[in-house]
Amino acid sequence: MENRSLVTIAEHSKEKILYLLEMAREFEKKPNRSLLAGRIVATLFFEPSTRTRLSFETAANRLGAKVIGFTDPKVTSSSKGETLKDTIMMVSNYADIIVMRHYLEGAARYASEVTKVSIVNAGDGANQHPSQTMLDLYSIYKTQGTLENLNIYMVGDLKYGRTVHSLLMAMRHFNPTFHFIAPDELKMPEEYKIYCKEHNIKYVEHSEFNEDVIADADILYMTRVQRERFTDLMEYERVKDVYILNNKMLDKTRPNLRILHPLPRVNEIAYDVDDNPKAYYFQQAQNGLYARQAILCDVLGITLDEVKADTEK
Amino acid sequence: MNEKKELQVAALENGTVIDHIPSDKLFTVVSLLNIKDMDSNVTIGYNLESKKLGKKGIIKIADKFFTDEEINRISVVASNIKLNVIRNYAVVEKKEAIMPDDLKGIVKCNNPKCITNNEPMQTWFHVTDKEKGLLKCHYCEKEQQKDNIKLI
Repeated sequence: MENRSLVTIAEHSKEKILYLLEMAREFEKKPNRSLLAGRIVATLFFEPSTRTRLSFETAANRLGAKVIGFTDPKVTSSSKGETLKDTIMMVSNYADIIVMRHYLEGAARYASEVTKVSIVNAGDGANQHPSQTMLDLYSIYKTQGTLENLNIYMVGDLKYGRTVHSLLMAMRHFNPTFHFIAPDELKMPEEYKIYCKEHNIKYVEHSEFNEDVIADADILYMTRVQRERFTDLMEYERVKDVYILNNKMLDKTRPNLRILHPLPRVNEIAYDVDDNPKAYYFQQAQNGLYARQAILCDVLGITLDEVKADTEK
Repeated sequence: MNEKKELQVAALENGTVIDHIPSDKLFTVVSLLNIKDMDSNVTIGYNLESKKLGKKGIIKIADKFFTDEEINRISVVASNIKLNVIRNYAVVEKKEAIMPDDLKGIVKCNNPKCITNNEPMQTWFHVTDKEKGLLKCHYCEKEQQKDNIKLI
């Protein structure tokens, strides 16, 4: 059985990543299509995530698919004790693709093993969120013109930040230099530093965050420093304002620098940055639409050539 | 002591002798092999003297021959466990428990948020480093050390 599910970005080769990015670019040229006309996309959100759900549902709608699903597991049978397997088996009778978000890690992998319907992982606990990684890659690719040889600065919560870990692993194909800027309590975990060493990825660690540190950055990937992550609240009070980006800090930065953030932001990017042309986080979210259109087509076996031919129509 | 042990091993007409089990792992091995569900004649030796291990355990099971897959389950708790296959009072084969590439339904994932701890399903681990005894959950992708595992 060929399973075209997307569970983790780690399974994709460099070629496959570039292929999907090129497909996303086609969708950006022309987002409204009927490639998925007559198909049904189920969005099963066992954990609420408005942003991701809206993005997937918009992607499906713009491709001409119909969308079914639930946004709140409280109204479904899983609150009555139905197993994930049973829910997936039931929905498999109706849908051509199942986009699922789950609070348990490994849920999407398991789902992809119990059904022949393609599963798209829209986040499984703290584990994987491949569509976020695809849109991050697409945003980097689009703003820098390449994914190769870039200086990528990751700032904030590097310990629990699922997006930075996935991005780090996906970038292994492209010879990046990473700079990790984080307070001690939220440093990049050892396992990812070992991963970097194993894949010959260069990295530098910083605890300072100022205009000199970020002067050579091509990409500044900001994340939120969350209070609930700290065991020592004194430590939180001490560092909470250290990892805030403001407009003045961008004076010395490269002209091609773009600032990314998976959103939602709280206060880690000051509002005066929003009008700076280097701010890119809202466009980044929009890129999610094109990246997810590419993902939905790919899991159904629709090829880049077919998408390109459709662009010409 | 040694003489007597030799005698007991030899006394098995047909079956399997599992030797060199670290004493503290003995009852885990007993449970891994589902010995309590067996009908055959089983002798379990606990805290026997051993030059290599200090204290060791030994299990003798009459008329039972394990598959390699069953044997390899034991490697999760201890390496260097030796099995002697006995036929007609003689050791006809010596086997060793070897760490397999995958462990299905043996080890519990220690991540409480892993799907395997919340669904009626089998666990599945990939052995990523046999020397260090590193296991990676096929589902939640968390790694764990062989030494801290919990069995199902």
